[in-house]
Amino acid sequence: MTTPGDGAVELHALVKRYGTATAVDGLSFGAARGAVTALLGPNGAGKTTTIEICEGFRRADAGTVRVLGLDPAADARALKPRVGVMPQSGGVPGTAKGGEFLRLVASFHATPLDPAALLERLGLTEHARTPFRRMSGGQQQRLSLAVAVVGRPELVFLDEPTTGLDPQARHATWELIEELRTAGVSVVLTTHNMEEAERLADRVVIVDHGKVVAEGSPPELTGAERQLRFRARPGLGLEELLSALPAGSAAKESPAGHYLIEADVRPELLATVTAWCASHGVMTEDLRIERRTLEDVFLELTGRELRS
Amino acid sequence: MTTTPAATPAAAPAALDLSPAPGAVPLPRMIMSQAGYEFRAVVRNGEQLLLTLIIPVVLLTLFSATSLLDLGSGRRVDFLAPGILALAVMSTAFTGQAIGTGFERRYGVLKRLGATPLPRGGLIAAKTLSVVAVEILQAVVVCAVALALGWHPHGDPVSVIVLLLLGTAAFSGFGLLMAGTLRAEATLAAANLVYILLLAVGGVVFPLDKFPGAVRDVLELLPISALADGLRQVLQHGAAFPGKPLLVLAVWAAAGLALAARFFRWE
Repeated sequence: MTTPGDGAVELHALVKRYGTATAVDGLSFGAARGAVTALLGPNGAGKTTTIEICEGFRRADAGTVRVLGLDPAADARALKPRVGVMPQSGGVPGTAKGGEFLRLVASFHATPLDPAALLERLGLTEHARTPFRRMSGGQQQRLSLAVAVVGRPELVFLDEPTTGLDPQARHATWELIEELRTAGVSVVLTTHNMEEAERLADRVVIVDHGKVVAEGSPPELTGAERQLRFRARPGLGLEELLSALPAGSAAKESPAGHYLIEADVRPELLATVTAWCASHGVMTEDLRIERRTLEDVFLELTGRELRS
Repeated sequence: MTTTPAATPAAAPAALDLSPAPGAVPLPRMIMSQAGYEFRAVVRNGEQLLLTLIIPVVLLTLFSATSLLDLGSGRRVDFLAPGILALAVMSTAFTGQAIGTGFERRYGVLKRLGATPLPRGGLIAAKTLSVVAVEILQAVVVCAVALALGWHPHGDPVSVIVLLLLGTAAFSGFGLLMAGTLRAEATLAAANLVYILLLAVGGVVFPLDKFPGAVRDVLELLPISALADGLRQVLQHGAAFPGKPLLVLAVWAAAGLALAARFFRWE
């Protein structure tokens, strides 16, 4: 937990409306310095609006925002050199060569990273002279990340840094983010990639409908609970199985033929389930014991219906 | 002290020192960097060069060397060269700047630059410097071609510079107003349309005295007519500080810059 004024980002009761739609609805959270904080949420949850308020691009209708202890609107001049920004897409002139635009942004900073070394690091050396509009989506994303970090900022905002990347590029991006953290840079990123949040984030803030619905470290959010999953023929009589399990257990079949048992998974429980299957002539496949994933938590909190 | 990114020693890429070391260079250096970047972008862009250099030079050469147009008494090139200089200013400060900035806005470039240490005022200053640099390049080429065609300019160079600067301010104001309010595609179409219309009726190559008197009185109030006429009064007839053209340009400049400052949207 951060003390007031001490965090990289502190938001309190933030509200932002667009016409009659409320994009951010009383959102509060803190991002600690030197840590990676992930804003996780479905499309339209208010993640990008929140980040853009922190970046000074939008004004909140209500609530307070502190970025590195400063007001992003009133103290913009002091904050800009200290904060790196990677927008969700674009932001580089289509005709500009990647290396040229990176060098331009580097030239605004007193002690920037060497643009050539940064391009090399992100596997973009061969594309340094390619116009931005001719780069692939993944190359554009990596260039955009390079532009965000070239000024050696204290804090970076990365809006969906790995969306649309192939696995190699995604891992290169993750490694760079991990190195930023090791170097003491505060990172605030948005994502809907659970693996990304679990791997990178010290703290995950789950946002939906403009509000924080849960927050904590990935282990705190997923909890210590285990669950048992297996596949078998559809239509097993689950009530009978449940009656053999300890009180408080739950069992469901969804979709057909896929069974999930949420219970205090101990060796006796495993024996009970397999014995029950044996006595019913049921052959299980893919029997496994797992912890809840961040995705389970996420779907539980934000529901399963599709978002626009 | 501040340095541009130092070249790392050859060999293998040095490990990146990502530890925070924030800080901006002084504003004038940021502006010069950005202006140099914008100038190179214009000079490299083929469509922009067509507009800023090739069309003016072709019109100048074609109408000087042939009698396709009735330009009245006097040497043809002495009438044409000032009009073509006015056209060059309009093509860069208005048409080129409106289209370029409109697409920068559309693609989020203005927004992204807004996240860097370069302040918005600095960006506008850089754009202005770049426009002036392109205009100097145009003026050198247009004057060289005109001199080769036998042009004999007279008059006061300070008046010429004041006219060109006021014209630049007026066209930049309206170019930025268009770029900052319309969709990029609409800006592209409108900026080209305005260019062609003003080329046709602004006294650039077609003398305004061919129009009926009442129409002519109105056309003389256009910024392109004021600039072309003012430059002609100085360069062709040796006047200094032509009053009416300077006044007309000053009004357009004040209106354009005020409207742009009020209505320009960055994204």
